[in-house]
Amino acid sequence: MNIRNLISYGFLILVLGLVQILFLKNLAVFGHAFGFLYLLGLLILPSTIRTIPLMLIAFCLGFILDVFFETIGMHTAAATLFAFLKPIWLKAASPTGGFDEAEEPSLGQIGFGRYISYAFPLLFVYALAFFIADQWGTGGFFGVLSKSFFSALFTLMLTLVVQLLFFSRKRGI
Amino acid sequence: MLRILQFLYRVRAFLLFAFLEFLAIWMIVANNSPQGAAFFNSSNELVGNALKKQADVVQFFSLADANLALVEENASLKQELLRLQVKPDSMPLAINSTLKATFELKGARVVANSLRFSQNYLTLYKGAKDGIKPGMGVFNSQGIVGRVKSVSENYSVAFSVLNTSLLISAKIKSSEVFGSVQWDGGNTSEVQLLYVPRHVKATKGDTVITSGFNAVFPEGLLIGQISKVEVNKKDPNYLAITVKLSTDFSKLTYVYLVENTQFQEIDSLYRQSDLINEY
Repeated sequence: MNIRNLISYGFLILVLGLVQILFLKNLAVFGHAFGFLYLLGLLILPSTIRTIPLMLIAFCLGFILDVFFETIGMHTAAATLFAFLKPIWLKAASPTGGFDEAEEPSLGQIGFGRYISYAFPLLFVYALAFFIADQWGTGGFFGVLSKSFFSALFTLMLTLVVQLLFFSRKRGI
Repeated sequence: MLRILQFLYRVRAFLLFAFLEFLAIWMIVANNSPQGAAFFNSSNELVGNALKKQADVVQFFSLADANLALVEENASLKQELLRLQVKPDSMPLAINSTLKATFELKGARVVANSLRFSQNYLTLYKGAKDGIKPGMGVFNSQGIVGRVKSVSENYSVAFSVLNTSLLISAKIKSSEVFGSVQWDGGNTSEVQLLYVPRHVKATKGDTVITSGFNAVFPEGLLIGQISKVEVNKKDPNYLAITVKLSTDFSKLTYVYLVENTQFQEIDSLYRQSDLINEY
């Protein structure tokens, strides 16, 4: 990971965060499916970044979002869980022999099928954690489950669209 | 000893994870406790400024609607004023303390608003500098909106009615039966009217207004209209009444804040008699 990559990842996360805060705040498809697009920034961080720095990044991102969304702690908790599980899941879901060290798990790098099987469960866990925190004691279990499922699906579609439109085939951004 | 340290070092990622999660959950709990002070929220200067910039752009497109609503309200207030104006030939009234205004109103702009969570908040562009205090009621020309939670110098954060932890004292206008209005976290245009006993005749279409019992809102502000009446399944002694909100929470631009100038007196009276005034 060189300095050029570092800057481009920083820029990507900044842009995604801005889009999340400015446009996706009150957007919910059918009042049900939320888009957590900023997770794309965490999803495609290369596998060379270890769990601890990843978790710290996720914690800070989630916290900044929480301050803007007035949902203190909820995005933070979910994003930290997301970052904790990401390396584990990446290792479990990667082909035998593992990824190339510097490889980033983005659509262009690992292909359509593998990207979905890598991203969707993580997004689902994130959404589940978020909605459990949000609806604690008020919403029904199935409501939380269906909201999480559709939010994960919607977020997955958003990440696919963004990657298809804005990412070059060779390398990120 | 070395082994323990080695073990701790090996699970350091998990330990950090547990610590960060603990921190996050602590923040959720601290923020959601009604009495606890909120440390981080959008009444923060920096965040408030950013949200205001966003609102500047977005609300530009709804200026026409906001103006129309203000003009309509102005007209109805003018009409009211004409009716109340003292006729020149009548005897001047001596105004005594009983006629002193108990409620003071202020206007504010909404710079951020959420609908999609189960704890929704509004950020208002008016703060301690303009005399906003925690506990003030928030409403607009359509109906009630919420209650102020915390204030900073220039901004304040308010509970939206669409927040499952906010209870508002309400009554049915025709029968004067009172209860509490609370949102159940589901549909953003409906709230529940709780604690109405079963013998009460409540019909679809009845108007629900604030009761004035809780010293936050004056009596008679519109909340909405009853859209469904059922027997409460959990507790058959009460009715489960669904109220369609008159306020459109997806289009809030300007709101009024109301302060009860006699709140201190009422509050100390409650304290004297060991009652908990839950606003």
